[in-house]
Amino acid sequence: MTVNITLIVLMAAFFAAGIYLLLERSLTRVLLGLILIGNGANILILAMSGGAGQSPLYVEGRPAEDYTDSLPQALILTAIVITFAVTAFMLGIIYRSWVLGREDAVQDDPEDRRVADQSSYDYEDDADIPADTSEFTAVDAGALGDAEATADIRDTRGADAVGGAASRNGGGAGRPDPTATQKRPGGEPR
Amino acid sequence: MLTVLIAMFAVALVAPVLFSRLGRSAFFVLAAAPAAGFLWLLVRLPVVLSSDQGAGPGQPDAPPSVTVPWIPSLQLELAFRLDALAAVLCILILGVGALVLFYCARYFKSDDPDLGAFGAQLLAFAAAMFGLVLADDLILMFIFWELTTILSYLLIGYSRQRLSARRSALQALILTTFGGLAMLVGLVMIGQTAGTYRISEILAGAGALVAEGPLIDIAVALVLVGAITKSALVPFHFWLPGAMAAPTPVSAYLHAAAMVKAGVYLVARFAPGFGETEFWYPVILVLGMATILLGGWRALRQTDLKLVLAYGTVSQLGFLVMVVGLGGRDGAIAGLGLLLAHGFFKATLFLVVGVIDHHAGTRDLRVLSGVGAASPVLFAVALVAAGSMAGVPPLLGFVAKESVYEAFVHRAEDGLIGTLLLGGVVLGSVLTFAYSARFVRGCLRTEAGIPRTDFTPVRTSFLVAPAVLAAASVLFGVWPVPLDAVAQPYASLFPGDSAPPHLALWHGFTPALLLSAVTLAAGAALYLLRVPFERVQGRLPRVREAEVVYRSIIGVLDDVAVWITGRTQRGSLAFYLFIILSTAVITPLAALIIFEAPRPDAFRVADSPAQIIAAAVILVGILAALRSTKRFMAVLMVGITGYGMAIIYALHGAPDLALTQMLVETIVLVAFVLALRSLPARLWNREGSRHRLLRAGLGIAFGSIMAVIAMSAMASRNAAPISLAYPKLAYDDGGGANAVNVLLVDIRAWDTFGEITVLAIAATGIASLIFIRSRGDDRRRADGVEDGSVDRGQEPLDAGGRAGAARELAARFANVSRDPWLVAGRTLAPERRSIIFEVITRLLFHTMILLSVYLLIAGHNLPGGGFAGGLTAGLALAIRYLAGGRFELAEASPVSAGTLLGVGLAIVTLTAATPLFLGGAVLESYILEFWLPVFGDVKFVTSTIFDIGVYIIVVGLVLDVLRSLGSEIDQRSEDQQPVEEDLGADALVPPTVEGVQP
Repeated sequence: MTVNITLIVLMAAFFAAGIYLLLERSLTRVLLGLILIGNGANILILAMSGGAGQSPLYVEGRPAEDYTDSLPQALILTAIVITFAVTAFMLGIIYRSWVLGREDAVQDDPEDRRVADQSSYDYEDDADIPADTSEFTAVDAGALGDAEATADIRDTRGADAVGGAASRNGGGAGRPDPTATQKRPGGEPR
Repeated sequence: MLTVLIAMFAVALVAPVLFSRLGRSAFFVLAAAPAAGFLWLLVRLPVVLSSDQGAGPGQPDAPPSVTVPWIPSLQLELAFRLDALAAVLCILILGVGALVLFYCARYFKSDDPDLGAFGAQLLAFAAAMFGLVLADDLILMFIFWELTTILSYLLIGYSRQRLSARRSALQALILTTFGGLAMLVGLVMIGQTAGTYRISEILAGAGALVAEGPLIDIAVALVLVGAITKSALVPFHFWLPGAMAAPTPVSAYLHAAAMVKAGVYLVARFAPGFGETEFWYPVILVLGMATILLGGWRALRQTDLKLVLAYGTVSQLGFLVMVVGLGGRDGAIAGLGLLLAHGFFKATLFLVVGVIDHHAGTRDLRVLSGVGAASPVLFAVALVAAGSMAGVPPLLGFVAKESVYEAFVHRAEDGLIGTLLLGGVVLGSVLTFAYSARFVRGCLRTEAGIPRTDFTPVRTSFLVAPAVLAAASVLFGVWPVPLDAVAQPYASLFPGDSAPPHLALWHGFTPALLLSAVTLAAGAALYLLRVPFERVQGRLPRVREAEVVYRSIIGVLDDVAVWITGRTQRGSLAFYLFIILSTAVITPLAALIIFEAPRPDAFRVADSPAQIIAAAVILVGILAALRSTKRFMAVLMVGITGYGMAIIYALHGAPDLALTQMLVETIVLVAFVLALRSLPARLWNREGSRHRLLRAGLGIAFGSIMAVIAMSAMASRNAAPISLAYPKLAYDDGGGANAVNVLLVDIRAWDTFGEITVLAIAATGIASLIFIRSRGDDRRRADGVEDGSVDRGQEPLDAGGRAGAARELAARFANVSRDPWLVAGRTLAPERRSIIFEVITRLLFHTMILLSVYLLIAGHNLPGGGFAGGLTAGLALAIRYLAGGRFELAEASPVSAGTLLGVGLAIVTLTAATPLFLGGAVLESYILEFWLPVFGDVKFVTSTIFDIGVYIIVVGLVLDVLRSLGSEIDQRSEDQQPVEEDLGADALVPPTVEGVQP
């Protein structure tokens, strides 16, 4: 089938500009990029359906080849309306993001950053444990000691020193120190 | 067979209820389950032993079996078979299981809240073990195998508040699962090669299978990996001492009698048939021997009684795997004898340690003193069991060891390797004697220098279980005939002309007897020289322990995981998109190059000159949108590309698309303006320029690849489109001339159904994003609203000029008493009103609504339809809103958006479902022709009702957009605005310029 160069160039331009905007940080531009990509996809479907012709309104006796392809048109029509719904939804998100954070930008996920920065030290795996010699007398004391230790790891997970937990809480306080998370070396401040 | 299995699982299931009623005595009920199973086993035993062990399923004289079809397409069956080997294991699983559960009733505290779950797990474990040895299907066996792994994880981690328990449980889980997975691969390889997963069939045809060569060799080696991890052989031995963090009854059952025997069982199961494969002997003999020596050596260093036993178990498991895997009838008899002997004495010893720990509060052999004197029964039981372990006559351990020696003496006659093996076995036995003595001395001595351990009297019921087991060690030592009878049928599976040896206390003066004597003497010497020996042990450089290696491997894994996560999960959306899109460029590009995509040969510049002009306008719009730094300018430029699209559609011959695109583009512009009005005008651009070239490069690359793909796809097209038939089909069967509309509401109505559902969801989503707490569907009327109160103070008021004059005119206009142009126009602040706009709205609104209804009804034959109609009606509402404010919109929409969406969906669903009741297909349409008084002959197509549903939903969507992004944001920004006191003090007097001038 014959390739319509104008439509192909148009589609490529839509995609290129759409991707360029999509990779921006500004949410408004991301949304505009999405709209452009949507238009590009519609052009792609249209170009694939063949050349221009008679609109697909049935006229008695007209040969089938004279009509433009009706199936892609139904698909594009659906796509146009869906794009409208998605655009409106994104606008709602942009407004909300502006109200909440006074920012119209795609945020980095601090949780991901935190994971990336964490050390491989894991209390559960790497802490030293004293040998138990009985299941009975030591149970209560052991349970208490371990409970403290577990409380400690919550805020030292990611700390690199083996003795970090013990030294920070002085061995006495069983409750996790809420500020500990922020003091953690290399951690992303919340 | 199945009954016993199911009954055990069933009792395990109700166990938590039993424990909440009976407390720890519920263990007695639980113990009854395996005990009953044990009795059943004894009844069945004669049949099992007299059957032909090698007979395949279905053959006469085969051992009892049950088969229930499960997933035939995967060759999966619930196949069980009770042969002699399984029976031997069942003796341990059911017998020792019942005793251990019985023992638990005195071991645990009654008020332990976790006891219900624990009891259930322990009994379920027994059931899983039972299933494992009975399973006659490789996959079924694997399932039970993994069940025991998981239950063992839960049981080891019973005291979950202890770090040591949690860590050991996880370590055991990781290691045994690793082995289990390797085994699964091996099992599948064997099953696929053999063409059956039935174990008995595979073993019957093992000869031919082994001849297949390396594939089976590797498969069997993989199965052995599973066996050696489960049975804690070097280099995976360290999980077993770690697992001593489990409660002692669990150690007695899982880590002495049952679970670790699963690996031994597997070796025993595959030995007759696969013992000749390439890797069998190297793995079995080398690792077995290493394990024997390492376990014995380490056991002599331990100070915790339980760890002495744990390393002793490791050593014994090495023995067991080696003997069982040795092949030959003598090895088989010796292996099964040792298996039973070990199960009896090791379980006894663990139970003894449990009693000591329970009453003395420690298991440290350096501080225990006087325990034996305090409880003579315990003393006797421990002494008998330890004696059996050391191989002292006339106990069962001695009988078993005799036959082991005998088997290796035979091997030693063959050559150097056999002699080395024999030497190793004797050395291992000497170590065994020494650590047995160490154990006895540690737990039972009374020594002057150490304060006597506080040891309360032991209740008789607590001692029943270990005493029964110890008695078995004595009884079957003196009278091994029953055990011999149980073991013999299994030995018959091995080829051999000589009659297999028997388990017996007295074989006459044989080399084995001599070796036994040497062992006892050397062991005793080693025990007497324990102080210098320990010194030597302490002085030797310590080998890096396997556990440390394991932990550093896990540590490296952690590091790599963190590193990879850190590199890939940057938390930046742009980064992820960049990776995804780059892949989307590279992959098709590679495919195009490698597979020589078809090239197009026919080109044309455009369909018409007008198309080129439209495209040029769009390109300008795109460029302007890219370069624009003002928010609304960029939006407007994108809007231009949209209108350009409408022209392209129109030129192409797609009037429906052109119409819809035009309407959508207009509403989108309104929505943009409404939503973004509170955002700053400039497009904020912090990092915009940082990767600009990169982004541009990726964009161009993506656009180009899409162009190439499109052209290549067009060139590949070689069939006539199916849509050629659509226009006629639409007219004849769908009753409409507009093929696109008939496609939407009839031919491909399912697509539309899905789409409008998405629309309803999106509408609800927008409303929830803005209203937050609800859909905000309650209606607000303009009645009680003060005149001129809405949107006041939103604009700077400055005196003079055209703006001032216009406002004054508007203020006067607001006070005119005749009929207003709009219902709620008066509510708007005067400076916000526009007379001309209100008049035009008044004229346009009803016309547009009529037009929308026309588009809806005519759409079946002419451009239009539910989508276009709904959008037109939505546009009419938008005009009302813009002209008259939020109360005007509320007055214009008597039905809430939520109701519209619901009604629309209901109509569509009903239209879809009704044909079902009339005997048709979903979404089938009917053409009704009838006569109406005014209209005359009417042709009505039922798919029009579907289109009405679409229309209503689209109106609901647009209304939701206007309500949320328009009205509600108005309301919110107004609420935040500090309204000055003098504004609106007098409702009837419009605020004049003077009123706000300072």
